[in-house]
Amino acid sequence: MKVDKEEILHIAKLACLNIKEDEIEAYRKNLQDILNFANILDNVKTEDVSETITSTSNVNVFREDEIKEFKEKELLLQNAPEKDSGMFSIPKVIQ
Amino acid sequence: MIRDDYEVVIGLEVHSELSTKTKIFCSCPTEFGGEPNTHCCPICMAMPGTLPVLNKKVVEYAIKAGLATNCTIAKNSKNDRKNYFYPDLPKSYQISQFDMPLCTNGYVEIDTANGPKKIRLVRIHIEEDAGKLNHDEYGSGSLVDLNRAGVPLIEIVSQPDLRSAEEVDLYLKKLKSILEYIEVSDCKMQQGSLRADVNVSVRKKGDEKLGTRTEMKNMNSFRSITRAIEYEVERQIEVLEAGGTIEQETLRWDEVSGKTFSMRDKEDAQDYRYFPEPDLAVINISEEMIEDIRKSLPEMPESRKERYITEFKLPEYDSNILISSKYLSDLFEGATKKCNNPKAVSNWIMTDITKILNEKEQEPNEIPFTAEQLGELVILIDKGTISSSIAKKVLDELFENPRSPEQIIKEKGWIQISDEGAIKEVVQKILEANPNSIADYKAGKDRALGYLVGQAMKETKGKANPQMLNKMFLEELNK
Amino acid sequence: MELYELTVHELIEKLDKKEITPEEIMKSYSKRIEEKEPEIAAFVTRTDKEAIESAKNVNREKSKFAGIPIGIKDNMCTKGVKTTCSSKMLENFISPYDATVIEKLNDEGIISLGKLNMDEFAMGASTEYSAFKITKNPWNLSTVPGGSSGGSAAAVASQMVPWALGSDTGGSIRQPAALCGIVGLKPTYGLVSRYGLVAFASSFDQIGPITQDVEDCAILLNLITGHDEKDSTSINTPKKDYTKSLVKDVKGLKIGVPKEFLGEGINEEVKEKVLEAIEEYKRKGAIVEECSLDIANEALAVYYIIACAEASSNLGRFDGIRYGYRTKNFENLKDIYKNSRSEGFGAEVKRRIILGTYVLSSGYYDAYYKKAQKVRTILKQEFAKLFEKYDFLITPTSPSVAYEIGTKSTNPLEMYLADLCTVSVNIAGLPGMSIPCGVDKNGMPIGMQLIGKPFDEETLIRAAYTYEQEVKFRENHKPTFRKAGA
Repeated sequence: MKVDKEEILHIAKLACLNIKEDEIEAYRKNLQDILNFANILDNVKTEDVSETITSTSNVNVFREDEIKEFKEKELLLQNAPEKDSGMFSIPKVIQ
Repeated sequence: MIRDDYEVVIGLEVHSELSTKTKIFCSCPTEFGGEPNTHCCPICMAMPGTLPVLNKKVVEYAIKAGLATNCTIAKNSKNDRKNYFYPDLPKSYQISQFDMPLCTNGYVEIDTANGPKKIRLVRIHIEEDAGKLNHDEYGSGSLVDLNRAGVPLIEIVSQPDLRSAEEVDLYLKKLKSILEYIEVSDCKMQQGSLRADVNVSVRKKGDEKLGTRTEMKNMNSFRSITRAIEYEVERQIEVLEAGGTIEQETLRWDEVSGKTFSMRDKEDAQDYRYFPEPDLAVINISEEMIEDIRKSLPEMPESRKERYITEFKLPEYDSNILISSKYLSDLFEGATKKCNNPKAVSNWIMTDITKILNEKEQEPNEIPFTAEQLGELVILIDKGTISSSIAKKVLDELFENPRSPEQIIKEKGWIQISDEGAIKEVVQKILEANPNSIADYKAGKDRALGYLVGQAMKETKGKANPQMLNKMFLEELNK
Repeated sequence: MELYELTVHELIEKLDKKEITPEEIMKSYSKRIEEKEPEIAAFVTRTDKEAIESAKNVNREKSKFAGIPIGIKDNMCTKGVKTTCSSKMLENFISPYDATVIEKLNDEGIISLGKLNMDEFAMGASTEYSAFKITKNPWNLSTVPGGSSGGSAAAVASQMVPWALGSDTGGSIRQPAALCGIVGLKPTYGLVSRYGLVAFASSFDQIGPITQDVEDCAILLNLITGHDEKDSTSINTPKKDYTKSLVKDVKGLKIGVPKEFLGEGINEEVKEKVLEAIEEYKRKGAIVEECSLDIANEALAVYYIIACAEASSNLGRFDGIRYGYRTKNFENLKDIYKNSRSEGFGAEVKRRIILGTYVLSSGYYDAYYKKAQKVRTILKQEFAKLFEKYDFLITPTSPSVAYEIGTKSTNPLEMYLADLCTVSVNIAGLPGMSIPCGVDKNGMPIGMQLIGKPFDEETLIRAAYTYEQEVKFRENHKPTFRKAGA
C-alpha cells in the first residue's frame, strides 16, 4: 500500500494527534517502511484459515450482578487536570 | 400534508437501558441520579490498567429480549471495540458488538389500521452507555459526569419496514411494552432509558431503490419522534420536488422550533475502527441456556388478553387497554386476585385511574400504590363499607400518600353508615324538614325521592349507604 | 559480603535463621541504590527510604516473604506511588488502586524499593524511549540494558533490587534479562493477572519475574500467579508450586531447535553460545533435534500490526480529561485532545499509534489486521505441531548483545528486529524464559530462550535450573560497570 501525506493527516486526525508539517514526512516514511515490511504476509496462504479472535482460551467469563461500591471516590478525581463540582471540567462542547 | 405519490421508509435503532443492578463491565450501581461521579470506580472511569468483566445478567436480558422478539440467538458471540473520541466516552472506545451480535433476525408485530404487520429486526446487541456532559448555561465550560458510563444497553435494530410516523409510534409502544413485560428494562423515557435513532428516507411510490436517508439521533419522547418524522418527511419531499438531492447526514431535532438541523461537522468522516475486544472472552451460548431463559419468560401480552376475555369475561377493548402496559396489566391482575371482582377493577383502571394519570401527565409505572391496595378499595365498596363517591376520594388519597384504604377511611372517618337505626333516624329527620317534597312525591314527581336522598347524603357527609337510604325513603313515602 | 549481593532465597534463609532483619536488608539496598543509581538510572521513583520505615513493622510470622524487597516496572499501578509508564503523559499520575500483582506482593509483606524505568508505555527494546532518563547496562555503561523492562533488568543486574517485576509484550522481559545477564520469564498468557498493568497490547501483555537466578524466578512466579476475577483472560486452574520444578535433570526431555532463529540476522557469537548450551543439554541426556518454524519472520509483521492496533485503542484514554497531561495550549475541546496527546506522547508511541490506527482503518483492516490475525492462527498451529514432538524449544533470546546507546534508536524498523526471536512466543501466548548462557569476547552477556507448551512453565524452570546449576554463570561472570565503547 502506498501511503501519501493526505493519508497520514487523515490517520492522525482519527488518532487525535497533531502532526506538524515538518514531521509528516518522517511519519509517512516510517509507516511506509513498516507496511512494506508487512508485505511479507502476502507469502502466507490464509484462504482457509480463520482469524484469531482472542488470546485467551477462556469462554463465558461472567460476573454476578452484585453491587460492590468503590469506596475511595475522592481518589477517582485526584488526578483530574481541572475539576468543578465533583466533575471533570472541559471547554464548552457545542452540540 | 404527506403527499401520496411518495412512500416513507423508516428504520429504527432503539437503545434500551437494561435494569440490572450493576453496570455492564464493573460492579458499580446503575441507579439513576446520585451526585456526579459517585456511581463510579476505576473501571468505568477508564483508569489506566483496568479491565472489563461482563455482567452475566446483561447477556441473559439480551437473550430474553431476543426470544421475546422472535430472534435467533447466536451460538457464538463476542464483544468489539468501537473507537472514537468524545468526552463522555472515557476509554475512547465503546465496548459493543460488531459482526457477531447476540440476537439476529427477529420481528415484532404491530396492529395497524390495515391489520397486523410484522416489523423485522436485523439484530439485538449489547453495549455500554456513555457518561453525561453537563452544559453550564452561563459559564464557558462543560462538566463530565460518568455515573451513566457503563450502564448496560441493548440496541435493537429494525429493518426499514416502517412506513409512517404512526407505524413508528405503534412499533415503539409495542417494543416498550415487550421490554417491560419481560422485565429487562423499565423503559423510563424521561430518564433516557429508552431512546431511538430514527432513519428516514422517502421514495416515489413504485421505486425499488431506497432513497438517501437521514438519521435523527437520541430521540426520547413519542411525541417528538412523531413530530420529527413528519417534519423530516415533508422536508425531504420538498427538497426532491425542487430538484435537489438528500444528503446522508445526522440531524438534530429541535423541539422548540420544530425543525431538524444538520449536526455533524461534515469533514469528520466517522471511522470507528471496530476490532474484537481483547480484554474479554468470547461468549458461547448453549441450547440449555437458551431453553432456561425461554422458560423464565413471563406470560406475554397476547396471552394475557386471551385470558382476560375468556376467564374474566372482559370486553376486548378493555382487555387491550389493560395489556397495553405491563404495569396496568399487573395492577389489574394483582387487584383482581385480592378482591375477585375483575370487572370492578377494570373499571377503576379504565376510568378514574387513567383520568388521574392523564391529569398528572404520568405513566402507568409511576402509579404509587400497590395492586393489593386497589383490591382492598374494591372490597370496601363491595362490602358496602364505603360508597363509590367516598371511594373516589380514597383513590385520590392513594395517589397522594399511598397506604391501606382501610386505614384511610378510618383516619378520615369515611366509613359508610349502614346501621338501620341510624339511617332511619336520618330519614325521619329529612322527611320532617321537607314536607313539600313528600307532597311532590305523592303527586307523582319521582324526582323528589332523589332530592330527599341527596339531602340525607349531605346530612351524613356522604357516608350513608345510598341503597339503604333509597329503600327506607321509599318505605316511608309509600306508607 | 553485603546483603544486596544475595539472591532472595538466600535472604529468606538468613531471615529464617534470624541472622538478619528486614530493616538491615532495606538499608543495604538503599545504600546500594545511593551508590549505583547515579550511573545506572534505573529508577523513575525511589521508595527505598519508605521501605526502610516499612521494614521496621514487618510481621515475619505472617509470611516467610515478609520484609523482602522488590522493584516494580513503572507500568504497574501502585496506589499512592506514581505510575508513570515513563511517559510525560503520566508524569504525575497516582493510581487510585493497586494492580492485582501488587496486592499479592503486599499481602506477603514484600516491600517495594521503587518504580523502574522502561520504554514509554513499554514500546521499545532499549529503554531509550523513556521520557525521563536513559538506563545504562551494568555490564557496560555505554550500552543499553534492553527493553522495555530495561530499568527492572538493570536494577536486578546491578543488585539495586534483589528481583523485580517486568512486563513482556514482545520480549520486554526476556530481551533485557538476556542483555543484562539475568533470568527473565514471560508466563503463558493468562497465568498472571493483567489487572492494573497499564495496557500496551492487551492480547500479548504478561507480567513476569526478572531475577538473579532460576530459583528466585520460581519463587516469584509462585507469588504472582493465581486466578483473578478482575481479569477475564486470567486462567482458572489450580495454583502450582513452581519451586517443585527446581530439579537438576533433563534426561529424556525432547528439545526442538528451530533453525529459523539460528540463521541470518543472528550474531555469530550469540549463535555459538546458544549452540554450546544445547550441547550441554545433550550431555545431560536431553534429546535435541533441529526443527522448523516456517513463518518465524512473518511473526514480526504479525506482532507489529496487532500490537500497534491494540495500542492505538488502549492509549485513546489518555486525552487530558480525567487524568494525565493536559496541554496549556488550548481554546476548545479538540485542542485539549490533540495537543495533550501530541505533547504528552513521545515519538515512538505516536509512530505506533499511527500504524495501529492505519491498520484498523476502513479499507486496510482486511489487508493488515485481519490478515495478521489469520497468520497468527497459522503460527499457533505450527507451535502446536512442534509441541506434539518436543517438550520445549531453544532459541537465542536476542539476535545480538547489548548495543551502544543511541546507535539504533534512529531507525525504528531496525530496532523492531531486536524482537525477532521473542515475538512469536507472545503471538502464540506461550511461556518463554531467558537465561544467561555465556558472554561474548567483550564480556557482554548472551541469553538463550526456552519456549514451552502453554501453562508448562515447570519444564522451562526445570531445564533452566539444570543448565544453571551445571554452568554456574552467575558465579563466573559479574557486571563490571565499565564505561568502555561496546
